[in-house]
Amino acid sequence: MLRFISPVFEPTLFTLPLFTERCPAGFPSPAADYTEDELDLNAYCIRHPASTFFVRAIGDSMKDMGLQSGDLMVVDKAEKPQQGDIVIAETDGEFTVKRLQLKPRIALIPMNAAYPTLYPEELQIFGVVTAFIHKTRGKD
Amino acid sequence: MFALADVNSFYASCEKVFRPDLRNKPVIVLSNNDGCVIARSKEAKRLGIKMGVPWFQLKSAEFPEQVIAFSSNYALYASMSNRVMAHLEELAPRVEQYSIDEMFLDIQGINSCIGFEDFGRQLSEHVGKGTGLTIGVGMGPTKTLAKSAQWASKEWPQFGGVLALTRDNLQRTEKLLSLQPVEEIWGVGRRLSKKLGTMGITTALQLARTNSAFIRKNFNVVLERTVRELNGESCLSLEESPPPKQQIICSRSFGERISTYEAMRQAICQYAERGAEKLRGEHQYCRHISVFIKTSPFAPNQPYYGNLSTEKLNTPTRDTRDIIIAAVRALDRIWIPGHRYAKAGIMLNDFSPTGVSQLNLFDDIQPRVNSDKLMKVLDSINHAGLGKVWFAGQGINTEWQMKREMLSPAYTTRWADLPTARI
Repeated sequence: MLRFISPVFEPTLFTLPLFTERCPAGFPSPAADYTEDELDLNAYCIRHPASTFFVRAIGDSMKDMGLQSGDLMVVDKAEKPQQGDIVIAETDGEFTVKRLQLKPRIALIPMNAAYPTLYPEELQIFGVVTAFIHKTRGKD
Repeated sequence: MFALADVNSFYASCEKVFRPDLRNKPVIVLSNNDGCVIARSKEAKRLGIKMGVPWFQLKSAEFPEQVIAFSSNYALYASMSNRVMAHLEELAPRVEQYSIDEMFLDIQGINSCIGFEDFGRQLSEHVGKGTGLTIGVGMGPTKTLAKSAQWASKEWPQFGGVLALTRDNLQRTEKLLSLQPVEEIWGVGRRLSKKLGTMGITTALQLARTNSAFIRKNFNVVLERTVRELNGESCLSLEESPPPKQQIICSRSFGERISTYEAMRQAICQYAERGAEKLRGEHQYCRHISVFIKTSPFAPNQPYYGNLSTEKLNTPTRDTRDIIIAAVRALDRIWIPGHRYAKAGIMLNDFSPTGVSQLNLFDDIQPRVNSDKLMKVLDSINHAGLGKVWFAGQGINTEWQMKREMLSPAYTTRWADLPTARI
């Protein structure tokens, strides 16, 4: 007599959970619960990413405050310029970097005695310099 | 309520942000290959420069002041567009990027804390302060009406670039629609407005008053939707995430005509690589690869030739190598020497989200091993901005590249191109 053995259709699904985390075989790291995010220079220098632009400095009128030619300035357009801010202003169709004085009268003050203070009649400010980066090695 | 924010003379304004010397100067931006005018600053508009005028005509024209022209710098425009978008998202709960310089905003309920037009001015100030670009804002209960409001805010300077059409002030809406020509309505093109004109419908108000069943019968359901939208019934909702692409096209006009097979093959390889990269960006696989080539239809004394050829793959792919092979095979079928080709391109079609498909029992082509890994490495190298790797097929010496002789620096996306300031 012939007996047909048919394969079982739709075998019952049997699932086992898969643990994707690796299981260390030794003592668990005592630091595991204390890990923090690494420090992010972007977050430190930039408050408003969408309104922040990088601008390269050229010249030496600000050398007394350590801002040198070739340095990278972090410029925030959304910041409201205040007394004493370092700003990027427009003079004669060019961007210039100076310290802003609003009182007693509007002036753009260089940080180098060899340069004159500017008293613009109409002040157009591109943005406020919130940080500048001076590379000491590997100049770009 | 919807708001439509659009950047005034977007491309030209982007060029001005980093060039204080161009303030109040007429600036124009040219299309690919420096063909014709695609954007004008308001000073350039005042000089009477029209959209679409070929550059070679303007170059020799005399103007009372110098017109400054730029090649289109899409790296800069995309970066500035993202910044505008980010600013709008800070103030509005939901934003849809409709085009590079237009965004729809959901402003439902905003009037319970601030008037719509005050909110519009706030938006404009916020974007202006953060990016240096000026936006106009049109608002209305439907997208179509928001677009009409935006059109009106540009047409009449007394609105100061901000205008809201609300349900409480229907008279104002009707007045405005009675002044708006049909061809200025969102979604009504020149052909449609011509046909509407023969029926005596010339203004937006007339279209709004037309029976929508009549419109569906004589035109289509899309125009019927426009009629409903003009009447304040919202039919189009905000689309925050763009629908997945059904097709990818990479094509360019050449900077100079191509007449050798070698150069054409290089161009096709380059477009194939770019297309494959976009395809992977969309997380899709494709099965159809088409290539088209054509000569200029305007060249005098030369016969026009244009053709398209399609390759169908057995298995969906997103491997650059497969796409290049198929593209070159397609090119070989339509290539005819002796023509001076002006444009070529590649189209990827028939997408599927996975590379899984039924293999043929007798296939001798097997899927490539580690294809995804290799492509991932390729893309990550190319996106790192440190250098590029590419397939040898596109050559290294590509003199047919797009002509961009007046390209401005990519001020916001390349270290070497940063703007400078005198200290």
